[in-house]
Amino acid sequence: MTESPPDSPPHSPAESPPLELSVEDITVSYPNGHVALRDTRFRLESGRICALVGVNGSGKSTLFRAIMGFVKPSRGRVQVGGRSMQSALKAGLIAYVPQAEEVDWTFPVSVWDVVLMGRYGYMNFLRMPRARDREVAEESLRRVGMLEYRDRQIGELSGGQKKRVFLARALAQRSRIILLDEPFTGVDVQTETAIIKLLRELCAAGHLILVSTHNLGAVPEFCDWVVLINRTVLAAGPTEQVFTQDNLVRAFGGVLRHFKFDESTVQKHDEKAVTLLTDDERPLVFGKGGHLEYSHREGKEDVLAERDEEEAEAAAAPEPRSR
Amino acid sequence: MSDIFPPLLTPLHYDYMLRAIVVSGLIGAVCGFLSCFITLKGWSLMGDALSHAVVPGVAVAYALGLPFAAGALGTGLLAAAGMAFVKARTPLREDAVIGVVFTAFFALGLLLISINPSGVALETIIFGNILGISDFDIAQIVVVAAATLLVLGLKWRDLLLVCFDPHQARALGLNTAVLHAVLLALLSATTVAALQAVGAVLVVAMLITPGATAYLLTDRFSRMIGVGMALGAGTSLVGAYASYFFDGATGGCIVTLQTLIFLGVFFFAPKHGLVRLRQLARLRGHEAAQPAPARTPAAQS
Repeated sequence: MTESPPDSPPHSPAESPPLELSVEDITVSYPNGHVALRDTRFRLESGRICALVGVNGSGKSTLFRAIMGFVKPSRGRVQVGGRSMQSALKAGLIAYVPQAEEVDWTFPVSVWDVVLMGRYGYMNFLRMPRARDREVAEESLRRVGMLEYRDRQIGELSGGQKKRVFLARALAQRSRIILLDEPFTGVDVQTETAIIKLLRELCAAGHLILVSTHNLGAVPEFCDWVVLINRTVLAAGPTEQVFTQDNLVRAFGGVLRHFKFDESTVQKHDEKAVTLLTDDERPLVFGKGGHLEYSHREGKEDVLAERDEEEAEAAAAPEPRSR
Repeated sequence: MSDIFPPLLTPLHYDYMLRAIVVSGLIGAVCGFLSCFITLKGWSLMGDALSHAVVPGVAVAYALGLPFAAGALGTGLLAAAGMAFVKARTPLREDAVIGVVFTAFFALGLLLISINPSGVALETIIFGNILGISDFDIAQIVVVAAATLLVLGLKWRDLLLVCFDPHQARALGLNTAVLHAVLLALLSATTVAALQAVGAVLVVAMLITPGATAYLLTDRFSRMIGVGMALGAGTSLVGAYASYFFDGATGGCIVTLQTLIFLGVFFFAPKHGLVRLRQLARLRGHEAAQPAPARTPAAQS
């Protein structure tokens, strides 16, 4: 049935050739005539973490389903490294981490069973795990810090633990492309940080990671690429180019909670006009002049330098207070 | 003759009783295996529907002198396809669709039997007639049971994945549509076999109760299969044997036995039983600060 892909060792950046996921002008419509996605097109390369951002009903889930081949686009196609999606799936190139709501947590399967499910593609017709499969499963569980829970029934885990187990399954699958559907929903901050760290490592090792999220604040923290969608692609590209105030307002319309300091009761903000965008999650902060702001300074020296430069310029030639 | 043997062994000295007991046990084991998937997949209503939808097929098969299994499987799959078709094209809820389709098939079956009463007695289909089963029927049951056990035995891990997480199954390149169809076909075939033992009305119990009972007893699917099969086979063997003393109500005996065991487990199961749950709730109430006792960890390996 499934042809077993070669049981290759974990990919190190040196030995994994670049891999490209291209979504080519797909249109997805449902039997009732509703068009969920129209002429959607973007390309992603391995070694990137890409955020798929859009409001509820913008077609994020549909796009994921189309990429995974769960729904067939009425036009266009999805390709991975020049091969069709079906052949890429059979080759074990793509792993999927589902949303918590998609999983039946009352099922009588243990953490260990779930992680081994990531190894089915490597197993024989009977799906009997071999020593190598157990080894990889164990290593994957250890990597997400869930090895000690291996015999737990999955319903007995906390939200964050559940997420880590399914992440471990994706790791065990050893796929170059990993899709995560809303990975931070119902997850505590430590787990969120741990997941982000892990995704960064995978990305550095040459994986291609696509994360669908409505957690805007987390996006600039760990994604280097963004695809903004609302029934079609509104913008796609590097985070600092795409994740702008204008684009987000366009993508989200009136859905976001805006909190503008100069319109609020906060009057003393030291002339630093700040816009804070949030949808119950981490706030996304735009500084003076609509600049994207980060929560930490480490590694953002260039941004700081840029701001200082602008400040100096502004001081030299004071501009009128209103636009 | 009979006073040589203790009365409890009497049933075993009748050829028809022995055959009934062995065939029931076989059917029970197959149904027990399948019931683990049916209960977890949420297909209980589907099992009920198929058990009624096979009736016109059986009626036609007997009227034409064909093997009953072929006819039953035919209308069973036709009903399943009909449900899928109606479901895909109307916004009706699934239970309404199942209800409309299976009652239509069952009514057609009743009509066919009343038009052609010489074919097969209505009672045989509705209540089963394992005591009067013919050699040809036994042969069919054995073939169906062997095929079902073989497919389930070889592919249970794939079927489990399709039931548990169809997305992951697809992501691994498994053909979920085929696996779904396989499960549905096995359900139809097994329904037909069980029809002989307990009849159309009680088939659904054979296809649900063992799995439901096993589910309350374990958190591991592989163990659930073992428990489900043992329960199915055990209750069917004992039920068929006991039916000798109750004058023929084989289906009633088997299903009553299954229900009694289910009730026992429902109250006294070590983890999911009502008594244990009450205990836990009390413990939590008394020592709110203390964490509730976690499940006894399965053998650490």
